[in-house]
Amino acid sequence: MSTRRDFLKTAAGLAAASAMGGLPMSAMAADGYYKIPLKKPLKIGFVYIDPIGNIGWSYQHELGRKHMQEVLGDQVQSVAVENVADARAEAVFRQLASSGHQLIFTTSFSFMNPTLKVAKEFPNVIFEQATGFKTAPNMGNYNGRFYEAQYLSGLVAGAMTKSNKIGFILPFPIPEVYRVVDAFTIGLHETNPKATVSTVWVNTWYDPGKEREAAQTLVASGVDVIATHTDSPAPMQVAESHGIYAIAQDSNQIKYGPKAQLTGVIDNWGPYYVETARRVLEGRWKPESTWGGLKSGIVQLAPLSPAVPKDIADLVMKRKAEIENGTFNIFTGPLYDQSGKLKVPAGKSLSEGELLGLQWFVKGVEGKAS
Amino acid sequence: MNNAVWISLLAGVVVAATPLLLAAAGELVCERAGLLNLGVEGMMAVGAVCGFIAAFTSGNAYLGLLAGLVAGLLCGLLFAWLTVQLMADQVATGLALTILGHGLSGFIGHGYAGDSITGLPALPLPGLSDLPVLGPILFQHTLPVYVALALVFGVHWFLSRTRAGLTLRSVGEDPKVSYSLGLRVNATRYAAAAFGGAMAGFAGAFLSTSYTPMWAEGMVAGQGWIAVGLVVFATWRPLRLLVGAWLFAGVGIGQLFSQAAGLDLNTYLLSALPYLAVVVALVLISRDPLRIRLNTPASLGRPFRAET
Repeated sequence: MSTRRDFLKTAAGLAAASAMGGLPMSAMAADGYYKIPLKKPLKIGFVYIDPIGNIGWSYQHELGRKHMQEVLGDQVQSVAVENVADARAEAVFRQLASSGHQLIFTTSFSFMNPTLKVAKEFPNVIFEQATGFKTAPNMGNYNGRFYEAQYLSGLVAGAMTKSNKIGFILPFPIPEVYRVVDAFTIGLHETNPKATVSTVWVNTWYDPGKEREAAQTLVASGVDVIATHTDSPAPMQVAESHGIYAIAQDSNQIKYGPKAQLTGVIDNWGPYYVETARRVLEGRWKPESTWGGLKSGIVQLAPLSPAVPKDIADLVMKRKAEIENGTFNIFTGPLYDQSGKLKVPAGKSLSEGELLGLQWFVKGVEGKAS
Repeated sequence: MNNAVWISLLAGVVVAATPLLLAAAGELVCERAGLLNLGVEGMMAVGAVCGFIAAFTSGNAYLGLLAGLVAGLLCGLLFAWLTVQLMADQVATGLALTILGHGLSGFIGHGYAGDSITGLPALPLPGLSDLPVLGPILFQHTLPVYVALALVFGVHWFLSRTRAGLTLRSVGEDPKVSYSLGLRVNATRYAAAAFGGAMAGFAGAFLSTSYTPMWAEGMVAGQGWIAVGLVVFATWRPLRLLVGAWLFAGVGIGQLFSQAAGLDLNTYLLSALPYLAVVVALVLISRDPLRIRLNTPASLGRPFRAET
């Protein structure tokens, strides 16, 4: 499981900005749509890198698949292949493609190159790959703006902390991680300018033991809210056992922290899967890079804990609405980096390209940036 | 940094060292009998999943520990059957056991990933837990933490002070001579492998019922391999396991804490520190190759066939 989403994600952020433009147009119809001879019902394959389980990254994709199946009913017929190691990915994609599946979702960053390779072999099959950055005439990609929900979580954490110290457990120094930590800290300072964020890099996406130890040491150093961008519920368990708070990641972790969970980031792929399958069914699909957040519903905010005061809950809902209707940009200046240097002047915001390649921490984050 | 922080960090080290101590003590006994079982990682995974399922279905985490122990014991017996009875290659069998354990644990635990249990309660030892400093560091933990500490001393006593321990060591040193003296070589090796398996399973169950009370595939995350390494590190001497396990856990937690404290250090270097520390220690030990050779069980890894 440790390989899921893979180290290569570093490259994703860096290269994404440059790769998003260049789609080869030759294979497309004049209207830009990529049309394939459809058989009904549309057979759809999903490939997951982890076992599905009842929590976490792949489980959220499985919830999305079920949602799509429910909404579209007998127009589609979907199947999930779980626990697919990188080395077996190509074979699984080929098998799905050659057994009549015409839309295939591959849900790990590390599946990007295998998907591209198999997509070229099966021009009559449409591929959609999660969190990567490459496209082909019959291959698109999609990702979530997890930082939007982390910003809202930061608003809540700022109001709830008493020690003014928040701990953040981090996997790898990639733009996705800088984005969530920075957005969280910007939210934190909006409700509590004195609070700081202590970071601990664990250099793994998933290792319950190590995540627990990281959470324990953060508690020992005095934090009273723990956030994480790793995938196990161990930090939530630690928070619960110490009577402090935590922010959920990927899935709702209320089972692991009935008192501890303040709110959190929930991946919600269902609406995207419905929309994509509809486009394929109606001949309106084209290869795109989709980066959806709260507005599209790909990213959701976990329910707020009853412990959150009403004025803060109102502020969270107000900001959420503003993010959704585009009137509020989280990364708006003045923003300073850790050394106090002005990075974004007042009135300016980070561009999409700058966000995709973000590599620095804002002021208020303590601990090294990599 | 005040005392409370130090105490809580050291208590964390003692707990983090527990699965390593348990699994390594079991493996040490197994190796002293001449069996090199590289399947510790797989046996821990099986122990973890069986322990979690038992704890989840019964609602009693102690039953989970027992189930993990029994599951590990069965894995150990399987290893003994293959290597002692059928004389399969020990290294290959151990590696196969690790792979089997991984796959099997994923298969058995399929429907349980993401379920939550109430972990083992802490059992402060009466009298001892109130000691200043030492109390919170050593005596306010869950049952397996005490078992691990007692086990290290128990194994030391068993190997150096009992007749059965002497038999086990002589079987490990020279099975042929032992056999000709009338010692039951195969039975001894079976027992040692079963014990090693049981302790690995117990260590796995500690992970899934106490350390991080959950089941998730791959949650053992290499700790079985570290346990195997610790046995060499300890040059097959039980008490030295304590040094190795505490050093390893201590450096691991220390590097996380130095980050939380905002020290400006390279995190990749810090992550590598526990391993680096072990390498340095091994280099220091092996400056005298004779000492390693004297300590290594002479028949380690070699099959034994009784000549008739």
